[in-house]
Amino acid sequence: MTVETSTWATKKGLAQMLKGGVIMDVVTPDHARIAEDAGAVAVMALERVPADIRATGGVARMSDPAMIEGIMAAVSIPVMAKARIGHFVEAQILEALGVDYIDESEVLTPADETNHIDKHAFKVPFVCGCRDLGEALRRISEGAAMIRTKGEAGTGNIVEAVRHIRTVNAELRRLASMREDELFVAAKELRAPIELVREVARAGALPVVNFVAGGIATPADAALAMQLGADGVFVGSGIFKSEDPARMANAIVQATTHFDNPKILAEVSKGLGAAMRGIAMEAIPDAERLATRGW
Amino acid sequence: MKIGVLAVQGAFREHMATLAAIGVEGVEVRLPADLDGVAGLILPGGESTTMRRLIDRWALREHILELGRSGAPIFGTCAGMIVLSTEISGGEEPILPLLHAVVERNAFGRQLDSFETELQVPILGDTPVHAIFIRAPIIEEIGPEVDVLARLDDGRIVAVREKNVIATSFHPELAGETRFHRLVATMAAEHADPGEGSGRRPHPIRRAKAES
Repeated sequence: MTVETSTWATKKGLAQMLKGGVIMDVVTPDHARIAEDAGAVAVMALERVPADIRATGGVARMSDPAMIEGIMAAVSIPVMAKARIGHFVEAQILEALGVDYIDESEVLTPADETNHIDKHAFKVPFVCGCRDLGEALRRISEGAAMIRTKGEAGTGNIVEAVRHIRTVNAELRRLASMREDELFVAAKELRAPIELVREVARAGALPVVNFVAGGIATPADAALAMQLGADGVFVGSGIFKSEDPARMANAIVQATTHFDNPKILAEVSKGLGAAMRGIAMEAIPDAERLATRGW
Repeated sequence: MKIGVLAVQGAFREHMATLAAIGVEGVEVRLPADLDGVAGLILPGGESTTMRRLIDRWALREHILELGRSGAPIFGTCAGMIVLSTEISGGEEPILPLLHAVVERNAFGRQLDSFETELQVPILGDTPVHAIFIRAPIIEEIGPEVDVLARLDDGRIVAVREKNVIATSFHPELAGETRFHRLVATMAAEHADPGEGSGRRPHPIRRAKAES
């Protein structure tokens, strides 16, 4: 019996198991336990939640390995951790720790303004952010086994997340309607490999799971993302910057499952206390927008 | 005949697609009412801790247990195996205890230990099953009525059946493997329209119920 580990099917497969679920940003093992108890399908370890990165500024890096190990020991669900864009040594360290997924994330300060990490070189699977289909396909061709639309992290404002998931899905529909001989130009415009563009055009869907991230702050936000075609959601600051994180977390889990049942959405949205305060996009200077990081 | 797929979280769409591929109607189950008229139920892979929350909150537990006790086939893959076992190693409360077995979660380790292999499953014929294990559980101990359907080379149990309950540590739905679903569909058809009365043979669980 031959046994193969870290295959494309196992990398992509873990993300398939997370579908219909909520992945929650956590900073400490205590956060991780709260998230697991509330029904998170996985936790994302990072140094500071995006709202704090935004507030305090400075360089945001991979989390302390001791903290990540503490989180891995605290919960039985998968643990993801963030590395800076292009920082393949942070990724090597995360792989050595044995995390279940690495997020090459624009939420941290990029380490390389030209190249992303060669994700094929790793045994651990990667998730990457995108704003449109071209960006998603470039990340997949670099080896990402899961995609998330970026939204604008740390804002509690869903508007960018909506823009990004709508854009990706509209471009998918457009690609699926093209003639075979139009795909060459489409690949050029998407700046993505033609083989991958052909496969996606044929399937009418991305070859990997796509979650929505960046700005989800309420159960209704999560359900909106799901109705727009997300496979699941990432919630960052929206949980631990709300008044009652455990309740908000559980309500968002319920809403992600019952995303197309308004009666249940009404039920789970009652009496949750204040959601995170949030920021209007106009209040964020272009230079401070996280979604524009990544190329 | 319809087969339900628990759709509270996890890879339920892959199971729906596998059912469609063999020409069986699947129904996504999120609430008890979705179970009306199903002749069997599939519990997909996903996170068992999450499924527990969603099963509890909307009172699915009693309805699924009742369906299982009625003799309808219940098929769990990966997290579904954990959800069905009567004992979860480490002391977590069982969720839908229909399979008399002790299950160990994440038995092979973390994601880096996830793997693919070819597995002999004699009940499905000689062609091996392509088995994908993702942070998979194993069965550590089985009750007297549980049949082992497949083991790894080292003897560890990765597929079992106890009467109408089937569970696998791996994911046939990710590998284009339809034979488990065909088996479940066969059992569901028999449950929905048993051979009893046509003089063929008694349905074991229905007969026992009728006599008691």
